[in-house]
Amino acid sequence: MSKEPVAVVGIGQTRHVAARRDVSLAGLVREAAQRALQDAESTWADIDAVVIGKAPDFFEGVMMPELYLADALGAVGKPMLRVHTAGSVGGSTALVAANLVAARVHGTVLTLAFEKQSESNAMWGLSLPIPFQQPLLAGAGGFFAPHIRAYMRRSGAPETIGALVAYKDRRNALKNPYAHLHEHDITLDRVMASPMLWDPIRYSETCPSSDGACAMILTDRAGAARSPRPPAWMLGGAMRSEPTLFAGKDFVSPQAGQDCAADVYRQAGITDPRREIDGAEIYVPFSWYEPMWLENLGFAGEGEGWKLTEAGVTELDGDLPVNMSGGVLSTNPIGASGMIRFAEAALQVRGQAGEHQVDGARRVLGHAYGGGSQFFSMWLVGDRPPDS
Amino acid sequence: MSAVLKAPLVVEFPFTRSLGPVQSAFLTGLRERVILGVKTRDGRTLVPPVEYDPVTAEEISDLVHVGLTGTVTTWAWNHEPRRGQPLDTPFAWVLVRLDGADTALLHALDAPGPDDVHTGMRVRVRWAEERTGAITDIACFEPHDGEDSTVTVHAGEFEDPVTGIVAEARLDYTYSPGRAQTAYINALSGRRTVGERCPSCRKVYVPPRGACPTCGIATAEQVEVGPRGTVTTFCIVNIKAKNLDIEVPYVYAHIALDGAGLALHGRIGGIPYDEVRMGLRVEPVWTEGARYPDHYRPTGEPDADYDTYKELL
Repeated sequence: MSKEPVAVVGIGQTRHVAARRDVSLAGLVREAAQRALQDAESTWADIDAVVIGKAPDFFEGVMMPELYLADALGAVGKPMLRVHTAGSVGGSTALVAANLVAARVHGTVLTLAFEKQSESNAMWGLSLPIPFQQPLLAGAGGFFAPHIRAYMRRSGAPETIGALVAYKDRRNALKNPYAHLHEHDITLDRVMASPMLWDPIRYSETCPSSDGACAMILTDRAGAARSPRPPAWMLGGAMRSEPTLFAGKDFVSPQAGQDCAADVYRQAGITDPRREIDGAEIYVPFSWYEPMWLENLGFAGEGEGWKLTEAGVTELDGDLPVNMSGGVLSTNPIGASGMIRFAEAALQVRGQAGEHQVDGARRVLGHAYGGGSQFFSMWLVGDRPPDS
Repeated sequence: MSAVLKAPLVVEFPFTRSLGPVQSAFLTGLRERVILGVKTRDGRTLVPPVEYDPVTAEEISDLVHVGLTGTVTTWAWNHEPRRGQPLDTPFAWVLVRLDGADTALLHALDAPGPDDVHTGMRVRVRWAEERTGAITDIACFEPHDGEDSTVTVHAGEFEDPVTGIVAEARLDYTYSPGRAQTAYINALSGRRTVGERCPSCRKVYVPPRGACPTCGIATAEQVEVGPRGTVTTFCIVNIKAKNLDIEVPYVYAHIALDGAGLALHGRIGGIPYDEVRMGLRVEPVWTEGARYPDHYRPTGEPDADYDTYKELL
C-alpha cells in the first residue's frame, strides 16, 4: 500500500527575540501552536497527536520538558512524542510527525519545536568540564572555523564569500517580521568591518542566540481538502546520521548530508536539483556554510558552491534563492531553527511568505543539521500533491 | 592492566525561569503568605496552578485563594535528607490537598518520625521567615489540629510581582573515561601518545574509544603515534574564552600526529600567529606536571604536501 500524502495546512511562529521574559516555556510554545491552529482554522480537538522537539535539556535545565508542556499543547489524552537530534531536531521532529501521517497512524498531527536560550547558556551546556579531557580551546566558532578554512583551501573561494552571505541573509531578514535580527543599517562594508572572532569567521557572520518556537499542522488528503488555504505537500523527506568524529570524516561535505539529500531527491523524482528546485531554506549558522551546503546538497559541484553565492544566484531575486527568511544567521532558537527552515519552505510553496516570497516557488527544500555535522534532516515540499 | 580512572564531575548552573502570568501570581502570592490555585472550566481548583486547562486546553487564569491548612493524601519518609532539600533532619515527603483545592501539592512535612505521619492527617503551612517568591517560601508543612482556614476568590494582583526566578541546578556524577582512554591518559603522563588500531579498517584512533565508530567493533591493539604531526587546518582565535588564561590572538589547530587516523586539537606556539599555515610540521611542547602538551611548535621541517593530509582535516 502506498504512503498517505502529507500536507502542511497550518504554520505558526513566535516573533523571535533575544529573550522572551514575558512568557514561560509553556506560554512560548502555546503562542506558536495557537498561530498554527489559526492558520489552519482548526481547534485542539482536530489534533490527533503532538510531536515536539528541542535541543539538549541542558539548554534550559528542564529535564523532559515535554511532560510539563502537554497541557499547553492540548496533548492531554493524546499521544505525545519528543524527538532529540541536537541542532537538526526541528527538522527531524517534523519528519517524525509527517511519518505518522504518511503511515496513516494519525490523520492530523501538531508538530512543534522550541528553544528559550535566554534561560541558560548554550555554550556552557555544550562544554561541560569533563575530567581528564583537554578543554576545548576556542568556543563555538572555534569548532567550526577550521572546517571553513578547509573549505576555502579545497575550493579556492575568495575571502569575501562569507560576508556576501551574511549581508544577503540580514537583508532578507528585514522582510521577515518574525526574524530576530533586523539590522536596518546593514551594509557589506559593515559586515566586512565587524570583528574577526575566530579567523576566518567575523562577528557578523555568526548566528544570534534567540528565544522562539515554530509549529506546523500536518495532515492527510482528507485534512488537506478541508484546508482554508493552499497546503504545502511533502514530496520527499529523509534523515541521516554519522559520528561527530571518525577517521575519514569529511567535515566540509559530510557523507550523511549527501546521502540524505540524495534520498529526498529520489523520493521526489528530482534529478537536477539546481534546475528543478525553486529555493532552499538551509541551516547556515556561520555564513560560509551556505556555499559548503550548496555543494553537499547537490546544488553545485564540488568546489563550485561559492560561485553561486558570488554570482547572486542565492539572492532573494536570484534563480536559486537561499534563506529567504533571513535564515539561522538572523534567527537561532536552536531547537526550533530546523523546523523554521521546514516551515519557511512550506510558506514559500503556499505563496504565504509575505515580503520574502519567491514568485512562483513550486518546490522548496528545507534543511537542518546538528551535533557537529552528526545529524541531517531534510524535506522537499511542493505546491501540488506528490502524485499529481 | 592498571585500574580505570575515575573522578568526580559536578555539573551546576543557575538557570533562569520566566514565569508567565499564572506562575508569577502563584509565587508572588507565596511571598505574601497567600496560596493561589486556578479554576478549570469544569470547576476544579488546581494547586499549584497551571496556565492551560488539562481537559479543554483553554488558557485559564481565574485565581482562587485556597486554605493554608490541608490533608495529606499520600507520603513517603525520607531517612536521609540530601543537600538542597527543604529540611536537614529526616522528614516526610507529602502530597497535601489544601482546603478548597482539588489537587495536591508536593512538599515536606516536619514530623518526629514515620509513626507520626498518616494519610488523611491534617497539616498546615509553616512559612519561611524570609520569602522571595519561590516554592521554598513554604518552609514545610507541620501537623495541625485546629480550625480549617477559609477560601476566597483572589485577583492574583500584587505590588512588585515576581516575574522570574533563578533555579540553581546541580548534578553530582562519578565520571570514568573507561578502559581505552585510561590507557591513553596514563601513556600521556610518560609524554607518549598511544592510540588503538581498528582490526578492520586499520585506522588508528587517538584518543582511543575502545571501539571503531565506523566499523562498530572493539579495538585493542595499541599503537604509539607522533610525537610530530601536521597542522591540517586551524583558526585564529581573537576573543578571550572564559576560564582560559591564553593571550589572544592565538592559533587553534587540528593536528594529525604521524600515524594517527584523525586529527586532534591543540594550540600552536613558537611562531607568529599569522605565519601558521596548513601543512606546517609541529611537535608537542610539554610543561612540568601537565596532562597534555601545553602547545605545539614548528619542527623546522618542510611543510607537508596537501595530498598527504587532505583526508585528515
